[in-house]
Amino acid sequence: MNAAKIQFPEIRLKVNGAERRISVPPMKRLLDVLREDLGLTGTKEGCGEGECGSCSVLLDGMLVNSCLVPVLQANGCEVLTVEGLATNGKLADIQRKFLELGGTQCGICTPGMMMAAEYLLRQNPHPDLDAIREGLAGNLCRCTGYMRIIDAVKHSTQTPAPAAVSAPTDLAHQGNGK
Amino acid sequence: MVQFQPGPSIRCHENINVELLLTLTESNGAVISERKHCLHLAQSRYASKYAQPVKVRKLGSLIMRDTTQTRIVGTPVLRKEGFGKVTGGARYIDDIALHDMWHGATVRSRIARGTIKGIHFGGGIAWDEFVIVTASDIPGTNRIALIIDNDQPVLAEKQINHPEEPVVLLAHPDKARLHEAVAAVEIDCDPLPAVFTIEESERQQTIVWGNDNVIKRFQIEKGDVDSMWQRAAHIVSGEYRTGAQEHLYIENNGVIADWSDTDGLTIQGSMQCPFYVHRALLRIFDLPADKVRVIQTETGGAFGGKEDYPSIIASHAGLLAKKAGHPVKMIYDRMEDMAATTKRHPSRTRYRAAVDPDGRLLAMDIQIDLDGGAYATVSPTVLSRATIHSFGPYFCENIRVRSRAWATNLPPNGAFRGFGAPQTIFGIERHMDQIARAAGLSPEEVRRRNFLAQGKTTATGQVIRDPLDLPGMLDRALEVSGYRAKRARFARENAMSPASNSIRRGMGIASFMHGSGFTGSGERFLNSLVGLEADASGHVTVCASSTEFGQGTSTILSQIAAEALGLPYEDVSTAQPDTQHVPNSGPTVASRTAMIVGRLVDDAAHSLAGILREKNLLGKEYSAQEFRAACAAYAAKIGTLRSEARYQAPKDIFWDDAAYKGEAYPAFAWAVYVAEVAVDMRTYTAQVENFYALQEVGHVLHPVLAAGQIEGGVAQAIGYALYEKVVWKDGHMSNNQMTNYIIPTAADVPNIEVYFEETPCEHGPYGAKGLGELPHDGPAPAILNAIQDAIGVSFTSIPLLPEDIFMCVAQAQAPDALDTVASAERSE
Amino acid sequence: MRSNASEYEGVAPGSLDAVLALLAVEPGAWTPIAGGTELMVALGAGYLQQQKLVSLWGIGELRRIMASDEWLTIGAAATYTDIRRNAVIAMEFPLLARAASWTGTIANQNRGTLGGNIVNASPAADSPPVLLVYEAEIEVVSAQGTRRMPYSEFHLGYKRTVLQPQELVMAVYLPRGRRLKVEYLRKVGTRNAMAISKVALAGVGAMQSGNVQAIRIAAASLFEIPARLPATEAELLGHALTSDRIQAARKVLLQEVRPIDDIRSTASYRAYVAANLLEEFLQQMAASDAATGPSETISRNNRQLRTPDASNR
Repeated sequence: MNAAKIQFPEIRLKVNGAERRISVPPMKRLLDVLREDLGLTGTKEGCGEGECGSCSVLLDGMLVNSCLVPVLQANGCEVLTVEGLATNGKLADIQRKFLELGGTQCGICTPGMMMAAEYLLRQNPHPDLDAIREGLAGNLCRCTGYMRIIDAVKHSTQTPAPAAVSAPTDLAHQGNGK
Repeated sequence: MVQFQPGPSIRCHENINVELLLTLTESNGAVISERKHCLHLAQSRYASKYAQPVKVRKLGSLIMRDTTQTRIVGTPVLRKEGFGKVTGGARYIDDIALHDMWHGATVRSRIARGTIKGIHFGGGIAWDEFVIVTASDIPGTNRIALIIDNDQPVLAEKQINHPEEPVVLLAHPDKARLHEAVAAVEIDCDPLPAVFTIEESERQQTIVWGNDNVIKRFQIEKGDVDSMWQRAAHIVSGEYRTGAQEHLYIENNGVIADWSDTDGLTIQGSMQCPFYVHRALLRIFDLPADKVRVIQTETGGAFGGKEDYPSIIASHAGLLAKKAGHPVKMIYDRMEDMAATTKRHPSRTRYRAAVDPDGRLLAMDIQIDLDGGAYATVSPTVLSRATIHSFGPYFCENIRVRSRAWATNLPPNGAFRGFGAPQTIFGIERHMDQIARAAGLSPEEVRRRNFLAQGKTTATGQVIRDPLDLPGMLDRALEVSGYRAKRARFARENAMSPASNSIRRGMGIASFMHGSGFTGSGERFLNSLVGLEADASGHVTVCASSTEFGQGTSTILSQIAAEALGLPYEDVSTAQPDTQHVPNSGPTVASRTAMIVGRLVDDAAHSLAGILREKNLLGKEYSAQEFRAACAAYAAKIGTLRSEARYQAPKDIFWDDAAYKGEAYPAFAWAVYVAEVAVDMRTYTAQVENFYALQEVGHVLHPVLAAGQIEGGVAQAIGYALYEKVVWKDGHMSNNQMTNYIIPTAADVPNIEVYFEETPCEHGPYGAKGLGELPHDGPAPAILNAIQDAIGVSFTSIPLLPEDIFMCVAQAQAPDALDTVASAERSE
Repeated sequence: MRSNASEYEGVAPGSLDAVLALLAVEPGAWTPIAGGTELMVALGAGYLQQQKLVSLWGIGELRRIMASDEWLTIGAAATYTDIRRNAVIAMEFPLLARAASWTGTIANQNRGTLGGNIVNASPAADSPPVLLVYEAEIEVVSAQGTRRMPYSEFHLGYKRTVLQPQELVMAVYLPRGRRLKVEYLRKVGTRNAMAISKVALAGVGAMQSGNVQAIRIAAASLFEIPARLPATEAELLGHALTSDRIQAARKVLLQEVRPIDDIRSTASYRAYVAANLLEEFLQQMAASDAATGPSETISRNNRQLRTPDASNR
């Protein structure tokens, strides 16, 4: 560890409805800030080059690849990650549909894929097949062949705006022994 | 709920065709839509259950049989570990941090082959802050032990045999410091000549492995091939090639290693086979079995790419952790993972077929050559499966197969979904279409005339014991794909002038099979063991080393146990695969989990109930409530309630390893796939527009998971055929970024329609056979067959890119135009 | 992640004047970063040499899209999503809206800017050929003032532009009211989405009395810069579009272009496909001569071209 810790300018973010303040290098990737500094490991790194979409989050309501956003440019912004989709322990519709209709297999693309789906449904509540394919085209999946994901989106509605939440609540798990 | 009207049931031999008319209605009875749906079921001890009307259910856009025969098996229960995956709570290895953890990185060779003269640590780095590991730090043997062969070092010591070969390991508390340090380590080498292709290796001018560059060879001889050539009405020869393929699991390889002088080495990470890793580490660290512990964490995709490779990254992280005295995390980034880890074996297959006037196969002479890369890894077994699948689902009395796996100086190739079968099925299925043309038959007719059937023998002498209706499957695949009507329409449209229509469309077929489980005596050798434990509350845990990486292991094993025990699905879960706590149920590979391990879970479940009955705690019939009470009583009076089941080789499965003959697999899944492809003659791009995948898999344990496996495998194979090219430069993958290694996006995959048929297999639970790899075997040849149908050109090599189609077509169309381009370049 | 983020400085002065002042103080010391879709890839891969970054994100005057009678002004920091959503662009410059829609992915479009893309100067970029056929102008700005020029003069050579170290691209100007009857754009990439172009052709033109009255053609990935095809245009201007003329134009194109072999494609594929796209464009031109009515925009990314699309999607 460094003996003398450099003080970086403070960055303020509202993440999943909660105000967060951190002191990090301004060019640190938003992805790394979320995962390392804010403990939100739901957003994943698959490529580091903005190609796989597994790092997708909503930044001020816009879908972005967080591996390509320097945290400096997220200062004062609102961020929605996968951890913010469910409210008060209740899954969002997109999450429920991914679960029920087989939209998730290994799950690593799922957080980013659902953020892309959420963004699409906010622009277009009833997307046709072409719109769904375009909306998800920036999120790579190697397991599903996209069929069950497209189906999940086709049968989903967008997540309603959550009431102010102070911190992510612990969500009850279906037992799987892990 | 979808109501159905059962159509007429036709008994044909022992097969039952159930034709359903599905009517989707509103709640007020108004009809929304109607369609026909075929279920084809073979008579066996399960058939009587299907004699009564079969209900179907619609889930999203999937239509599935709504089973009344089983409560949980066959139903779309929620994926066991799914909740964490959709909430972001699932913890993959990079989401985990241990206290005081350091980070590790690998210094790799830049050249393909050479002798190492020295290692230099450059200036500008505070080397005293780093832990440095080389081969001399290895306590045990500097070898990665895999299935059989031990030729791959953990760290290169005297010689480099491939680009990206690991030589030096570094660890530091601050991950951000590693990249610069890695760049500052210089490996001083005297280069040696290297080979990079099958052709270069088989010339045997430069020997890079053993005495002759041959890692493994097989030979099959059935009948008398050489006597058939004179009798043939047609002799058809062809050579086919497949390229390397990168797994591109979205989660890169990663592990965390923790060392303690008292407890030994603990590894957690992304992997398919914890006991493979465990076995490898024992030799490397010279430790007893109880001092190495390997735990699988949530794994983000594998496809075979995490079957053997994790042993390497685990040994690296372990060496660093031991020397550093801190836990060490090693996670590859995408560029490193693509360049340094295993890929699918490139192949070259040569087919020569003697065919009678009716298009029947008289003899086949097949040569298979695979590129294994620099070390043996799993090449012998890949070659074995490639060999056995090379003659397709066809009957031929005279077959010779000569197969070899060659060593080159590419990074070692390894397991990848299909494991040799996609390579040779590409060959045989392309070749069948050429045989059709030579014999003046349609592609479907030549297959029909040569299909295997119940009672016939394969080239290894295996008798097909179960009912098999490949002609019927072919008929149904052609029907659901609209094959005949579409081909007629395409023929008209393709004939239109290029100015008014630049698209050429075609349909292509592939028929094939995939053997479930390890080849031959492999399962005997694995000797798999599964355990079941019930706690005092009646919660049952399935204890097996079989891993979940998206294909549904945790779900189907829980389904099977819950079904067998008569419990709710929620009362059963699977233990985390941890070598310290679960028995070795074998690796999660070879499409064996449902059939082999699932069967053991079923057995162990029956044993568990049996134990309770023996103690008079449970009656013959019981409720879930009674089960829980019995468990509580057992826990109070006796102790831990546990049962086990060990693999028993079926009595009628014999495989002669020496002669390479016998029952290669206890069961095969069978399939007929149809591809509908459009080729744009302006851009020479081929695009799959619709895909129809029809397969017989014994029993569908979970309709959504099963459909997902087929769809995912088809999409991956479409990539294999049309998009995914590894660009090599002196043995190094130069397009090791996602922007340059192209896999299909959601905007590229066609509509994929999946149809299941069931001929229950006596070896699998509820009749289930494996299906994880099957869908990667068929699409590539079906697609190239469709392209031949569309534009009349037989392409024999994949990946088939637009540039390849262009070279062929433009050459034919306007050779002078290419000259114009060439002269323009020269005049610069 | 192959860089140490703490070795990089990043500042966000928040106004155009403040940014220009910083750039003027030490020309070349600070590198402007807009949406970051290029520079952050380099950072992640460990080869971002420039260690001092000044952010252009959030500076309103750089992001505005405004219409006057003569010009549509697109601020350099307008994102591709801004461009896709703009009603005037959709109506009057549909090829630009289409090019924006197949630049990268939606997530990239939400961050990638027109200016950033132009300054990155890849010959494969999707928008530049469209800007060329629309005869765009480009304005650059520094603490000293602005200079404006035809966009065709902006690129000097492979990844070299007229931009000085203390300068920023300020805006791109598209001339209004000069719409030609036929508009054409086709991109050929490695797949249907998220693809860098192997070759792309943009064309606008109009027929009169059976002859080509006006024609402008530009391409991606056929030269070391985005460029017009003047020799090909000259072969066609003033002539009837007979099949002989079209074949002759193909030959001129094949001799005019200078494509290369690279990791994505080959020179001969690029050239020959470009000739095919030219032919497709000219067939549309010929068909438009007979018909009267509103402009026709034909555009497609990869997949088959469908019938001419009379609506301005």
